[in-house]
Amino acid sequence: MTRLHIDWTACHGRGACTELLDGVLRPDDWGYPTGPGGSDIAIPADRIRDARDAVSLCPRLALTLRPSPRT
Amino acid sequence: MDEAFWALGRGTGVVGLALFSLAVVLGITVRSGRPAAGLPRFGLARLHRDVAVLATAFIGIHIVSLFFDSYAQLQLVDLVLPFLAAYQPFWLGLGTLAVDLTLAVVITALLRHRIGARAFRAVHWTTYLLWPLSVAHGIGAGTDAAQPWFLIVVGVCCAAVLGAAAWRLTTSFRSPQPDATARPETAATRRLTSSEISS
Amino acid sequence: MIDNQPSVRRLLAAHSPSLHDHVRTFGPRPAPAAAELIGELERAGLDGRGGAGFPVHRKLQTVAAQPRRRGTPIVIGNGSEGEPLSAKDATLLAAAPHLVLDGLLICADALGATEAHLVVGALTEAGVRAALAERSDTHAVRLRVETGGFVGGEATAVVAGIAGGRPVPADRPARLAVSGLHRRPTMVQIVETLAHIALIARHGAVWHRAVGTTDAPGTRLVSVSWGQHTPRVFEVLGGSSLRSLLHAAGAPDATSTLVGGFHGAWVPASALDAPLSVAGLAPYGASPGAGILHPLAQGACGIQVTARTLATLAAASAGQCGPCANGLPRIVELMRELLAGADTVAELRRIAGLIEGRGACHHPDGTIRMLRSALVVFADDVAAHAHGHCLARSEVKA
Repeated sequence: MTRLHIDWTACHGRGACTELLDGVLRPDDWGYPTGPGGSDIAIPADRIRDARDAVSLCPRLALTLRPSPRT
Repeated sequence: MDEAFWALGRGTGVVGLALFSLAVVLGITVRSGRPAAGLPRFGLARLHRDVAVLATAFIGIHIVSLFFDSYAQLQLVDLVLPFLAAYQPFWLGLGTLAVDLTLAVVITALLRHRIGARAFRAVHWTTYLLWPLSVAHGIGAGTDAAQPWFLIVVGVCCAAVLGAAAWRLTTSFRSPQPDATARPETAATRRLTSSEISS
Repeated sequence: MIDNQPSVRRLLAAHSPSLHDHVRTFGPRPAPAAAELIGELERAGLDGRGGAGFPVHRKLQTVAAQPRRRGTPIVIGNGSEGEPLSAKDATLLAAAPHLVLDGLLICADALGATEAHLVVGALTEAGVRAALAERSDTHAVRLRVETGGFVGGEATAVVAGIAGGRPVPADRPARLAVSGLHRRPTMVQIVETLAHIALIARHGAVWHRAVGTTDAPGTRLVSVSWGQHTPRVFEVLGGSSLRSLLHAAGAPDATSTLVGGFHGAWVPASALDAPLSVAGLAPYGASPGAGILHPLAQGACGIQVTARTLATLAAASAGQCGPCANGLPRIVELMRELLAGADTVAELRRIAGLIEGRGACHHPDGTIRMLRSALVVFADDVAAHAHGHCLARSEVKA
């Protein structure tokens, strides 16, 4: 499972990711992205392309894609 | 042939300036965290990036075509080091500086995930210097500087960029809740005093 | 203030903090190799004495296993003790600084670290400097006074402070043991843990396990406080019942108690016969944490105390992460409304669920854990306040 890691110290809730990954991420009460996984969002296989775009377009460079560690 | 290169140089210069101006306005809009002109935030981010790349391409053609125009007397060194040119060294030098900054901005933007957010942002801020340099270069070294159409184009670009910059400085710049919020000043870096802790 | 039974003095066995008394009581510092030390710590079952309680041997193992290209390891002793209800690390540094230094140097030698840092609170600095000056083996140890407050004690915050930045938690892709200070493998241990390492390296795992219980072997330091009292520190046997610890401290031993600190959990009075151990407290959603016990004073309102604690925690946020910086103040607001007579419980639960797990550190998570435990343990108080009464007001305040 690929996960989208959110660096909260960089995120300013600008919202590009919640648009690109609508259905996976939504803005919380204050505009910050929220989705399954908290800080490491589970990305379904068919949304990986959108996740890559989100990583590229985040103006704060707050996102990275990582394979999920086996726990 | 010279005439053709010269014309191409002039044309691409004006278009490049207009595109840069649009890129700056888009960049400021992206910074505000709002959707605009019917585009979602990620669409604006993409457009900002694409327009900036296009502007850079136009300036690339601008430089190359003028390089082949013998009237402009451009040497390779003039592409990098400012104020050494034979023809209008000062105004051309401003253009050279703008190109240097453009290179830095583009390279750091391409490598932003490697160099980190701080370095990327620091260099990106120089676009606020890059833009006036290119306007001054256009007016000072531009062949068509006296022409009304050119002045109108420059005027519109300046109005747009200065207007966006002024908007950038207003307190309501950041889009209101629930789209995004500024970091609240209350819960911040203030350290607890021991009397606060024990109460 | 230190007070305990003579038979339980291990960390606090020396008569004074001097080097002379230290060597006389404990003997010289041993220098076990990594494999030997790690094996002994594993057999001893030593868990970290900070909030997380991570097995000590595993951390050392991770650092020792890092390839050379990641750089020479660094060891850090964390005595910053940002938790207001905790005084054990400050007490230990004042009473037995040489045990802490021994532990730090034992780890440094075993891991091949050439750089060692010790972070302490402002009040303990002078004593630790004096201890460093007494020794001849501490040239590689750098002392730093913590400046980061509550969240400044978090491991990545400590590392950030040492590196010269703001002592606030950082978003790190890898654990510190893999890539920490200057991207080198970094071991961060609470100073109490280092003192235990110093003893286990001398006497072995069997000795360590000779007291305490099977799942909470050896001794540990606890801080007990209630009301406005400053915490009292004791060295106690692992697995002691909460009630016995409260009783020994002269604290109220029949009221709901906050176990583990501000990021811990409230347990009901009926839980006080449980042992201070991971397994013993798990049924109550609590854990020993940093060994903090804070019973509710007689006549106090659990919800009011919780609300005050939440306000302190909200103010302690580093303010870096949106969910925490916005969510905690919102929770404080909702608690105030609850105290004023509005039923905000559903919204409190929603915000708690919203910010959980969304931050660079566990500050929001720990805060929410404490809040949730309060909503359960003080359910009657919550219901009363939602209807505009306070149950505590009807009791006589001590």
